[in-house]
Amino acid sequence: MSTHRVFDTDVQQIKYAVLKEVIRRAYEGGLENSYMEIPEIICPGPKSKVRCCIYKERAILQYRIEMVLGGKKGNDNVVQVIDAACDECPAGGIYVTPSCRGCMMHACQDACPKGAITIVDHKCTVDKTKCIECGKCVKACPYSALILQRRPCMQACKVKAISMDENQTAVIDNNKCIACGACVYKCPFGAITDKSLVLDVIDILQKSENNTKYNVYAVVAPAIAGQCRDSRLGQVVSAIKALGFHQVVEAALGADITLYHEAHEWAEKGIMTTSCCPSFVMFIEKNFPDLVKYISSSVSPMVEAAQLIKAGDPTAKVIFIGPCAAKKLEYNLEKTHGAIDSVMSFEELQAFVDARGIDPAKLDDTLLDNASFYGRIFAKSGGIAQGIVDVAKQYGVEGIKPCQMNGIDECRTNLLKLKMGRAAENFFEGMACDGGCINGPLCITHSPRNVVDVDKYGSEAREKTIDNSVALYQLRNKEHEENNEHVAHKS
Amino acid sequence: MVIKVCVGSSCHLKGSYDVIVAMKEIIKKYDVEDLVDLQASFCLGYCAQGVTVKADNMEAATVEHLGSDELFLHNVNKDNAEELFAKEIYPLLNI
Repeated sequence: MSTHRVFDTDVQQIKYAVLKEVIRRAYEGGLENSYMEIPEIICPGPKSKVRCCIYKERAILQYRIEMVLGGKKGNDNVVQVIDAACDECPAGGIYVTPSCRGCMMHACQDACPKGAITIVDHKCTVDKTKCIECGKCVKACPYSALILQRRPCMQACKVKAISMDENQTAVIDNNKCIACGACVYKCPFGAITDKSLVLDVIDILQKSENNTKYNVYAVVAPAIAGQCRDSRLGQVVSAIKALGFHQVVEAALGADITLYHEAHEWAEKGIMTTSCCPSFVMFIEKNFPDLVKYISSSVSPMVEAAQLIKAGDPTAKVIFIGPCAAKKLEYNLEKTHGAIDSVMSFEELQAFVDARGIDPAKLDDTLLDNASFYGRIFAKSGGIAQGIVDVAKQYGVEGIKPCQMNGIDECRTNLLKLKMGRAAENFFEGMACDGGCINGPLCITHSPRNVVDVDKYGSEAREKTIDNSVALYQLRNKEHEENNEHVAHKS
Repeated sequence: MVIKVCVGSSCHLKGSYDVIVAMKEIIKKYDVEDLVDLQASFCLGYCAQGVTVKADNMEAATVEHLGSDELFLHNVNKDNAEELFAKEIYPLLNI
């Protein structure tokens, strides 16, 4: 760990350190009495690292612990602001630095589409009432004298849910927020973070008494394929089992079934959006109420996989492990019927495994193989669009024209077109995170390599079609129609 | 009686789905569809001896005869499924 970093940023690193200390204490017992010691352990002093003094740093750590213990009371959102940690970043828009030389060319003025720039006393001056903060002047200035001051959190938030209160502290409007978690990853001071459910997970595992009272299953998102840096996927699966899970099941198996559903549902609806990304679904609900009718009624792959597990093992508890903040909201929604008992992020998984003293690199591989190629590539943007046409064709459904919407901005553009009746496509795949789940906010790494890893994971699937996953689903629902025969002939 | 075919990763790779398809046909062939509920189950814990098939939820008389409520069949594949069913499971249904 000294030679390279596990996480992308130091913000993730500090979150990890807190998680690990809390989880360790939760297992050793006496967390209630000893969690007060954690800030001093993580920030021993005498010099502070980031804040004005060690006392503020420790106070903020206390709030971080609160987030690990389940977040602020009375705030149902998963994404929450740690007020004390917000550094009140400048948000003044275009700022003219002393590097402005009052040149003759004033390219800034020519570049400004709104006529907001004038030259006063040989210096560039911006009229804030006209400025739209487009940044064209910033690019045009040959001296790089202009800078655009925007808050990283507000810039990350594509639904404009973040504003400032009278103390300049960031505030999240829960009515607008879609819990995508983009701000969590982007805030350079770690002042916005996701609340953790890890204590619930520990409770579920401990009360199972080593899977004797009931079995605890982990449903793992396919994005995991890009998260294994120091060990193989099979070793990570072994590590998850070493935490006390009875079984690890691919969420991608649920994704196969989702594809099967969606192909059939599209045949009835004609126009449809996907429903697997909970932030995307919330985005439609909050911004395009007219289009809610087009949202697929399929449950998400996470829920589908959990329902399969519980059909065979009714007392089972299921915990989802993924890169997603919004899943921590989704599992609690009525429409999931309690299929999932708790949710843990990849970051939390890393802290959990380390807190328990497990080294995945030293473990043998455990097989993880149930889902098809198509289910596995759900993790990247375009995965469903790629799969739906092939799958639909296989079940005799023709005419699907998929539209791949990568990130909220693309979702907004295309949904607007759909609303106006100007869309050329009829099947809309929406992903709130740029690039898809492989770039989820709670991923350990966000490297471009993740796409390659997920593609490789997909191509390694033994199942090249969704037939067998669907057979499993039909067995659960006791569907004995001709589709079964069809599957039987294929295999 | 419930017959569970293991579809955990290990059994899956050894051909769980072929066993499920075979089992469906066998249950039909022996005309016991009303007596048997065929299900899939995630790992049953015998990865080295897959494909594993487990029978449980049996009638009281069967449990008494067998001395257990569970019957495990190991190393099942599509070719030996019928033989194993006829020898191990079918007699239990008629008690």
